Amino acid sequence: MALVRMTSPHAKGNNHTQTIMLWVLGATLPGILAMTWFFGFGTLINICFASLVALAVESLILWIRKRPISFYLRDGSALVTAWLLALALPPYAPWWLTLVATAFAIVFGKQLYGGLGQNPFNPAMLGYAVVLISFPVEMTSWPAWRGIEALMPNVQATLGLFEGLSRIFLPATQAIDGWTLATPLDVVKTNASLTMTELQASKPVFGSFAGHGWEWISLAYLAGGIALLYKRIYTWHAPVGMLGALAIMSLLFWNGSGSGSNGSPLFHLLSGASMLGAFFIVTDPVSGATSKQGRLIFGAGVGILVYCIRAWGGYPDAVAFAVLLMNLAAPTIDYYSTPRTYGHRKAKRGMGKTD
Amino acid sequence: MATKTLSQITADGLWHNNPGLVQLLGLCPLLGVSSSVVNALGLGIATMLVLTGSNLAVSLIRSAVTDAVRLPTFVMIIAALTTCIELLMQAFTYELYQILGIFIPLIVTNCVILGRADAFASKNAVLPAVVDGFMMSLGFGLVLVVLGGLRELIGHGTLFAGMDLLLGPMAESWKIVVFPNYKDVLFVILPPGAFLFMGLLIALKNVIDAKVKQRAEARLTRPAAGSKRVRVTGTIS
Repeated sequence: MALVRMTSPHAKGNNHTQTIMLWVLGATLPGILAMTWFFGFGTLINICFASLVALAVESLILWIRKRPISFYLRDGSALVTAWLLALALPPYAPWWLTLVATAFAIVFGKQLYGGLGQNPFNPAMLGYAVVLISFPVEMTSWPAWRGIEALMPNVQATLGLFEGLSRIFLPATQAIDGWTLATPLDVVKTNASLTMTELQASKPVFGSFAGHGWEWISLAYLAGGIALLYKRIYTWHAPVGMLGALAIMSLLFWNGSGSGSNGSPLFHLLSGASMLGAFFIVTDPVSGATSKQGRLIFGAGVGILVYCIRAWGGYPDAVAFAVLLMNLAAPTIDYYSTPRTYGHRKAKRGMGKTD
Repeated sequence: MATKTLSQITADGLWHNNPGLVQLLGLCPLLGVSSSVVNALGLGIATMLVLTGSNLAVSLIRSAVTDAVRLPTFVMIIAALTTCIELLMQAFTYELYQILGIFIPLIVTNCVILGRADAFASKNAVLPAVVDGFMMSLGFGLVLVVLGGLRELIGHGTLFAGMDLLLGPMAESWKIVVFPNYKDVLFVILPPGAFLFMGLLIALKNVIDAKVKQRAEARLTRPAAGSKRVRVTGTIS
């Protein structure tokens, strides 16, 4: 019998990095299922490919940095980055797009800063922002969803596995027309002449309360996020801060239902990456703020920025940019939101700090 | 102040005290115009002419200028030289002049030039000052061209595109398409790419320096010949 010599602590909590990462991966499953139902196998293929790239690149950099490879691969953080990135990218993004985004996220977003726990920016969002700036055409080619044929006969949804594989791995043979559509956020942003009712009647992209398909995908992310909240993987502060700020901003600047409308609060909450961002991106414990109050401020900042960029900025969706900008602000937020320590009457914050 | 030999000045300018990689001076033009080889080369040559000329002029008048008015004097000299270069580029390489735009007049504010004038030329004789100016600007230009080459290669998939803007019609056929059917990577061509590649170049220089230092130390502390410990059992591998 081999006796394993171990030092304390011997108790095993449920807050292992690996456990947390696996829970986050598991919580994306409803969203993955919803995306696969509406957009076909693209998301699944992207997730597999991005995971392979992330693990390969992570081991390469760990090898160059002379760090134990299997120890760091087992914490699952590379997989989480890869999955979140694959969920954020368009389902039939060409393979090199996923490759560039994932490799950039792991190498420049995480490992160059010293690996997990040292990165000032959310790696997945960094990779996303880089490819969004570099390849705007590919990044805005969102596929049509299941059931589009009934509404628009000249557009086809990509549902077959082999069709999806060839779209991703043989992008040169694929025309971009006939299977892509503008996203709901795009349609509302570029609309200048129609009232909301007319817009919803003329564009099949709208569903019952937000984008067709998008609303269910967002709700699936919400379900996964609530599961993580229930398991206490993170606290409610950051997601509530972000969604609350987004709701308040879209309520304040709703601008009615005329042609100048920016869309209803419900539309903003259930469109684009709002839910994915709120429950999987702004809750990143490394690049976000630390204290509870800090997380609330951090989330609210992301929500306000998302709305500002969506309504008045140059991009239809903005979770990546908003999160990166707030990542920059996170140390300052921490500085001014340090909680009171036990035994002290007042929290030492900001200029009152003595260290 | 110990005087340096000309070879020391050369090594400083090109490597040990490279304005781009070590002093991190003149970052604005370095990051702003290094999107292709031709832009980088154009600005590198312009900076070289101004820096060599300004070091020469500053060194010549160094005993006539008092400390109190030295900086305005240097700036006047540099501004005059920059205006000359600007007019020359307007006359001979008009298209490149239009592409480089504001960065040509901005050579006046390039910290490398004022820095070398104040730190070196105003304290040294004419020959070392001129050599220093030339080598510093050569080091700066080399970094600029390497950065421009990297960004053009990865951003556009070509090398030496549009060299005819600088070198006349004979350079028109110099363009090398390294990757045909390449998708332009906008991120690399835009300013963030410049910061990223600049950081990588600095890291590369530090890695090389560390390796060189390691080797030099290993050579100095070579273990004494012969073993001090006598081994009586086992095999010696």
